[in-house]
Amino acid sequence: MSAITDPPPKSFRLSMLVNDTRYRSYTFQFIALVLLIMLVSYLGANLVQNLADQGQNISYGFLGEPAGYDINQRPIPYENQDTHMRAAFVGVLNTLIVAFLGCLTATIIGVFAGVARLSQNWIVRKLMAIYVEAFRNVPVLIWILIIYTVMTAAMPAPNAFRGDTPAASMVLDAVAFTNRGVYVPAPIWGEGSMIVVLVFLASIAGAIYYRRYATKLLYDTGRLLPMGWPSLAILFVPTLLIFFILGQPISLDYPVLKGFNFGGGLHIRGSLIALWFALAVYTGAFIAENVRAGIQAVSHGQTEAAASLGLRPSRIMNLVVLPQALRVIIPPVISQYLNLTKNSSLAIAVGYMDVTGTLGGITLNQTGRAIETILLLMLFYLAISLAISGVMNAYNNAIKLKER
Amino acid sequence: MNRDQLSFVRHDMLPEAEPPVTEKGIVKWLRENLFSSVSNTVLTLAAIWAVYYLVSASGPWLINGVWDTSSLSQCREVLQGQVGGCFSVLTERWNQLLFGFKYPTHLYWRPALAFVLLFVALAPVLFSKIFPRKMLVLTGLYPFIAFYLIWGGTILTPIFALLGIVLGFLVYRKLIYQSAAMGLLGGVATAFVFWILTGMLGDTVAGVLALEPVASRDMGGFMLNLMLGVVCVSLSLPLGILLALGRQSTMPIIKVICVVFIEFIRGVPLITLLFVANVVLAYFLPPGTNFDLILRVIIMITMFASAYIAEVIRGGLAALPRGQYEAGDSLGLDYAQSMQFIILPQALKISIPGIVNVAVGLFKDTTLVSVISMFDLVGMVRGPILASTAWNGVYWELFGFSALLFFVVCYGISQYSQWLERQLQTDHH
Amino acid sequence: MKKTVFFGALTAAGLAAGMASAATLDDVKAKGFLQCGVTTGLVGFAAPDANGEWTGFDVGVCRAVAAAIFGDPTAVKFTPTTGKTRFTALASGEVDMLARNTTWTFSRDVDLKFEFNGVNYYDGQGFMIPKNLGVTSAKELDGATVCIQTGTTTELNLADFFRKNNISYEPVPIETNAEGNQQYLAGACDAYTTDASGLASTRATFENPQDHVILPEIISKEPLGPLVRHGDHEWGDVVRWTLNALIAAEELGVTSANVDELAKGTNNPEVNRLLGTEGNLGEMLGLSGDWAVNAIKAGGNYGELFETHIGENTPIGLARGLNAQWTDGGLLYSPPFR
Repeated sequence: MSAITDPPPKSFRLSMLVNDTRYRSYTFQFIALVLLIMLVSYLGANLVQNLADQGQNISYGFLGEPAGYDINQRPIPYENQDTHMRAAFVGVLNTLIVAFLGCLTATIIGVFAGVARLSQNWIVRKLMAIYVEAFRNVPVLIWILIIYTVMTAAMPAPNAFRGDTPAASMVLDAVAFTNRGVYVPAPIWGEGSMIVVLVFLASIAGAIYYRRYATKLLYDTGRLLPMGWPSLAILFVPTLLIFFILGQPISLDYPVLKGFNFGGGLHIRGSLIALWFALAVYTGAFIAENVRAGIQAVSHGQTEAAASLGLRPSRIMNLVVLPQALRVIIPPVISQYLNLTKNSSLAIAVGYMDVTGTLGGITLNQTGRAIETILLLMLFYLAISLAISGVMNAYNNAIKLKER
Repeated sequence: MNRDQLSFVRHDMLPEAEPPVTEKGIVKWLRENLFSSVSNTVLTLAAIWAVYYLVSASGPWLINGVWDTSSLSQCREVLQGQVGGCFSVLTERWNQLLFGFKYPTHLYWRPALAFVLLFVALAPVLFSKIFPRKMLVLTGLYPFIAFYLIWGGTILTPIFALLGIVLGFLVYRKLIYQSAAMGLLGGVATAFVFWILTGMLGDTVAGVLALEPVASRDMGGFMLNLMLGVVCVSLSLPLGILLALGRQSTMPIIKVICVVFIEFIRGVPLITLLFVANVVLAYFLPPGTNFDLILRVIIMITMFASAYIAEVIRGGLAALPRGQYEAGDSLGLDYAQSMQFIILPQALKISIPGIVNVAVGLFKDTTLVSVISMFDLVGMVRGPILASTAWNGVYWELFGFSALLFFVVCYGISQYSQWLERQLQTDHH
Repeated sequence: MKKTVFFGALTAAGLAAGMASAATLDDVKAKGFLQCGVTTGLVGFAAPDANGEWTGFDVGVCRAVAAAIFGDPTAVKFTPTTGKTRFTALASGEVDMLARNTTWTFSRDVDLKFEFNGVNYYDGQGFMIPKNLGVTSAKELDGATVCIQTGTTTELNLADFFRKNNISYEPVPIETNAEGNQQYLAGACDAYTTDASGLASTRATFENPQDHVILPEIISKEPLGPLVRHGDHEWGDVVRWTLNALIAAEELGVTSANVDELAKGTNNPEVNRLLGTEGNLGEMLGLSGDWAVNAIKAGGNYGELFETHIGENTPIGLARGLNAQWTDGGLLYSPPFR
């Protein structure tokens, strides 16, 4: 009986690098690596050569120099003698502000429109379809410009509020819509206001705890405690009590017309509103589609099964359909958030001072450090994107169907 | 008298009674669709109010519109304080909105013809069941014809470009039997050698069958948006396929390169890439070279689109059952063959709706070039037209027109995509 | 060479080696036209007219340089640039020269490495406000909303001015002059600030220019001039002396109308040297002997350019002011041609 032996190993030949699958992948990777290194070093050499020709260098020293320009919307204290670094940071915060507000509003609009598109009501359904198609199919830049034009060209100037018979008047004497933005009352945090805030936070925790307790009681004993009124009471009664006991420590600063503009209150600039709303309604249209698709993805059998168990329609939605739909809805919605954040860089079109406007705009113009600023800008957006996709991956893992 | 006469037996059918008025026709429909409950009624009334508001606001504006004045102030005179749109800005500046302000007026027929031919070229791709496969030849020729028509210059430029590709393809076909990689390398190398050789002819052939050349800087308006969209999407398709394959590859280095590229591009906004094209790219090119801004923008947008298309195609690749890959292997096909004949045709088919979405998104994003001082449709509106003395202050008409143009194109494409999805669905019963 | 985009891309690598960045004049001669960077549109200085032809004061300088080199004022192509892109466009060689009302500052000259070739307009930053606001001095602008074009020295001057006078303001950054117009006219800002010449040019495009006033304060020095890349002195000389030739021509009474007559020879040696009938100044620049004749014929001497595009008989309506000849009490003073 002869044993089956391997064929005698052939000695290595050069052609095996191309023809033998065992080695071929190494060959390809080697070639790819060499090409990449060549490309990078070619570009690098050009860069060095160009910089040398123009007598320039790569340096981040400019970040420490005084910026010299003013920014209108400052979430943190900043004046024109602060550094470019701080100006960039103000920009970063402004980006995050508009991204946060945009995501929040887009979600509200999107969920509402998505559910409304599946409504029984014919006219609402059609209106929402028009909304979704109109906003999805027109560039966001045009929407930003349109809303900005509404803000600047269609609203009254602060002048119009002046005089005995003003052409425009404030809403409820508290909110002024002008072509420079909207002025709303701003809270003034007086003595003891921290206590009120703390009490309110504690009330939120209390309300959540009460709902948990009620649910547990329901599951354990079958006793049904009322949910709505008690939790509202827990939420607001202690806070209001403390607020009045401490003598109303939080008051409102109303905007008043003085000089050229309104003074006091909170000034929400037209550029912020344009960007915020345009991004929100644009992204909202996409989220609406995601929500609709998510709800439709839950098979009708689930609804019927729940109904045959005797659940009420609202319970069917809350306990059966939505938990399953969310699994489908949330990942694309998160990537819409990502898109919204990236689209917020269009701030430059309306002069909103986000990070593209400060670091990638004025700082770049004033210092001429194109490579450095744009690299920093890209790294910032990259960091945000990676953070958001990190969250998405974590979520995807958490909700993955556990198959055993 | 017999029982028959006493009993009542109906011999004919009872005539159908009219349903109650609330259960038929428009009333039933209204009840069910609009007023089925209190909350529904409230919604309906709110919606009707919204529609009424929109119509009453825009109706007179549209109906009273003025179409034949030459400036905003004349418009206002004609309107005498009535509400009405000043659409004469469109009739007077339509050519600038569509073609930009520099494209020679007597040459408008060329891009227009290229635009019409685009449909001829796309038809066999989009409606593959209706048109014969042979028409795909037209699709292949289209880029060269369009280039000749839009940019002008000698006809030899696109012909040489085409010949280079044909030559490269022939070499690829010859070498493919040895190995796929050899074929690809050889083909690309041949094409480049041919182009460089013919490029040296340069001036000597500049006059052969030349159309009046138009510089890229002179292109603008909606034409620029369409050009960027079409060029970048078609260039990014092959790149995207390669990137997707690279990302799915088992070779770690290639995979890492592709992943880093895709994630980087997808992580930054397009506008930063356009800044790169505008102010940074020049530093990375050999000293003294500079090519056109439009070309640099095309490069960056193509990179941008290819990363997104790669992700869509990767989804398609991942969605294929494992068995398809194994089937390819078990038939003894090598990687290139199994990809070409088994995997990609199926994966691409699944990915088409996604690719169309990316294409629509990209087409909309071409408006961003207005931020880097290119005069596309939005750039024309924001720049020369709104800045001119005559039309300073005509916002709604211009923005509405731009929005409408984009809407028509994008809505058309997305409707096509949905139609195609239905077509593809019927394929597997 | 008539490079198409296509070949341009493919042969870029090959051609690159041969094009040293040092000899711009040779490059310009080789390609047969001058590539000039201008604004995206500022009426009077550089703006495309209804036919898409660029016209204006800055454009005139470009055309003069093109005429000096080629004898043909149309051998020039214009690249519109924004505040952000202008320097990169010049540094990267996308344009050969920049004539885009750019202020000559220390850091631009020394740190950004550009060479300014003189001053074609002495300007200063001012404010424009609607008349009905009733403001007469910029110092009364406390709390005002000010529209300001980003990426220019105006932004820094504005910050300095308000800081110095200890008054507050709200900046509204805008990207282009066109947007500035809209914002200002819509009343989204109380004041619009930029170079006084730019304000005049902007005001000229308004429907009712008389409803707007330019405040008397000039808060900065803004010498505007053409600039080229650092390190190419031959090319810098061509631009510098073309500009000087235009200025000297006005001083010497050479106009586009009489230049052909005078080029036949006069008894003024300086005119003869300028117009190339005596000496070989043109050759020294690497140009033909009649370079200055062509430059002057392109759009006239400095004074003619000024009057045609931005002078008192145009809608812009700028007075000569500082931009008069030194003999008339202005700052224009061309070094002698010898």
